Amino acid sequence: MLELIDVHARIGDTPILKGVTLTIPKGEVHAIMGPNASGKSTLSKVITGHPDYVVTSGDIRFEGESILELEVEERAHLGIFMSFQHPVEIPGVATSVFLKAAVNAVRTARGEEELDAAGFLRSAKKNMKVVDLPKTLLHRSLNEGFSGGEKKRNEIFQMAMLEPKLAVLDEPDSGLDVDALRIVAEGVNHLRSPERAVMVITHYQRLLEYLIPDKTHVFVDGRIVKTGGPELAHEVENRGYQWVRDELGAAARVGA
Amino acid sequence: MDEAREIVAERGEYKYGFVSNIEMDKLPPGLDESVVHFISAKKGEPQWLLDWRLKAFRAWQKMTEPEWPHVKYERIDYQSICYWASPKSNADKPQSLDEVDPEILATFEKLGIPLHERAALAGVAVDVVLDSTSVATTFKAKLAEVGIIFMSFGEAVNEHPELIKKYLGSVVPASDNYFAALNSAVFSDGSFVFVPKGVKCPMELSTYFRINEANTGQFERTLIVCEEGAHVSYLEGCTAPIRKESQLHAAVVELVALEDATIKYSTVQNWYPGDKDGNGGIFNFVTKRGICEGARSRISWTQVETGSAVTWKYPSCILKGDDSVGEFYSVALTNNYQQADTGTKMIHLGKNTTSTIISKGISAGHGQQSYRGLVQVGKKALGARNYTQCDSLLIGSECGAHTFPYVDVRNGQATVEHEASTSRIGEDQLFYLRQRGLSEEDAVSMIVNGFCKDVFKELPMEFAVEARKLLEVSLEGAVG
Repeated sequence: MLELIDVHARIGDTPILKGVTLTIPKGEVHAIMGPNASGKSTLSKVITGHPDYVVTSGDIRFEGESILELEVEERAHLGIFMSFQHPVEIPGVATSVFLKAAVNAVRTARGEEELDAAGFLRSAKKNMKVVDLPKTLLHRSLNEGFSGGEKKRNEIFQMAMLEPKLAVLDEPDSGLDVDALRIVAEGVNHLRSPERAVMVITHYQRLLEYLIPDKTHVFVDGRIVKTGGPELAHEVENRGYQWVRDELGAAARVGA
Repeated sequence: MDEAREIVAERGEYKYGFVSNIEMDKLPPGLDESVVHFISAKKGEPQWLLDWRLKAFRAWQKMTEPEWPHVKYERIDYQSICYWASPKSNADKPQSLDEVDPEILATFEKLGIPLHERAALAGVAVDVVLDSTSVATTFKAKLAEVGIIFMSFGEAVNEHPELIKKYLGSVVPASDNYFAALNSAVFSDGSFVFVPKGVKCPMELSTYFRINEANTGQFERTLIVCEEGAHVSYLEGCTAPIRKESQLHAAVVELVALEDATIKYSTVQNWYPGDKDGNGGIFNFVTKRGICEGARSRISWTQVETGSAVTWKYPSCILKGDDSVGEFYSVALTNNYQQADTGTKMIHLGKNTTSTIISKGISAGHGQQSYRGLVQVGKKALGARNYTQCDSLLIGSECGAHTFPYVDVRNGQATVEHEASTSRIGEDQLFYLRQRGLSEEDAVSMIVNGFCKDVFKELPMEFAVEARKLLEVSLEGAVG
């Protein structure tokens, strides 16, 4: 589904990604774990095409085709979704108005018929239940005055509505208490399917207790330095990132 | 026409011999007293109105064009403007839309204003002003049943001279300001609405103004009077086709609300703003003012201004009656090289008077926009309250937003609040919306619509839809 091939990227003059190679087949959930400022959030922005980030070398392929030349919305139309670590507030725009426009933009791009108001509402009500959001949220301005938990759940709700092929979840757990964390994780689990790939970026292993990944990648200094199964997340949690760095250093010395 | 000719002949005071040209549909450019005489004669006006015009003209001659607005434009040559034009098919005024020149209707269609549909579907009485003479009036009979007068200004002068005489210039005196004086001297036509005591107007009243002939300034005059306890909602919408040369538009609107009366005046203005390099476009120098004459009366101005090259406009309220309420809700958009200096004046004279000002300014391209507002609280206006919220949204880095709030409070028992903000459309907001599949333009338009929501919700439904579309069209090419 998603292939990153030796991707180097920078913002301004600062290189952030320093050769990322990663493949996520459909049906799989991959966790990206890494310390703060390791560049893992950049990864999500580079995949979704944020204009501030420049890919200097390497390639990103989605369903076998390079997407580097595509605009942000074109990538979204292909079925790439990102849940934001810090969802943006849009004052005065009702969540329903925004989401209906988004759903229909994506449907139109896929050659599907637009949802009418009733169809949208039916689908919205169903999907809001999954993440335990009240219907009244639809009438509120997008993310404005939402609690931290509501914002995060709203991201997963949007994902459910947009039915992406690839979901990139950028720290969907940050700032959440255990109950909210479980709701978010269950929401994502609900959306796991053999046709869908998920990349979940997280700082802590906590989320991965509820959302068991197929693979775990440890991300340090702009690169994936270690890949394993779900057990790797526990190891990182127990031993810290320094352990991975130390191991890396040792390996480098041995290699030399 | 013969009647007009006779009047002119009787007066016989035309320097340029316009008498022989009374059948003309268009005056040559130029302005002097004879033009004022000509217009008045053409319209078959009574002597008192001619005198009123002449007084205004003489006052205008002594005045100078205001230079305080924060706008730049080439000085207008008032002698190069035509002051009279009327559509050819005007001999017999149509009583219904069926009788209107199909070409005129087709033009409205092109502008996206399906007039007949609107009138029928929305139940709107429409008084169409095309250039200087009204060409269609509908629903007049229905309104007359409840005693409401809704007709062209010219008709009202003849049919209800006592009302016109009483209220004309009572809110905006003929010599109020440079452009109001010019309008008072040469105004062509416009609308007159009179809602008698206790009557609530059963439908939204609507007028579409459009500028048709090249180089013809349009000087309409609107007067709305609501007697005790009466209610009316009036919609004014404007579009104009592309013009190469700048055109002057100097209108005057006067509103009078007696005790317990409510007047809601909504405008969507979309006149030609000039091309993307700032060539051409209409100069919109308008004086709009209402007086809350009686206790508990209310005047509400809602405007969506997206057109014109240069806008100079301050719809205002004089809150004379105790407990009267003035409101101003405004969205103004300047794109490319458009300039707008707009705002309001709330003059609190009566006790416990309340005013609300919500101004939303959007600047894109090289657009320059100024909010200019005055809140004045008089000595006797004890307990007066004002709330002002003035927000600016910038799109791109070449545009500008400026705020000139004036507050003048002359008693110790008034509350005046002012909130202001300036923000830029955030890259992060755009990225978020685009990531969800919206195009950049749709994303901008969504953010802008959200920004304007507090004003749009004040508009009647069908106008709110039109206003949203208008912003979209006006912002095309503002990003990317």
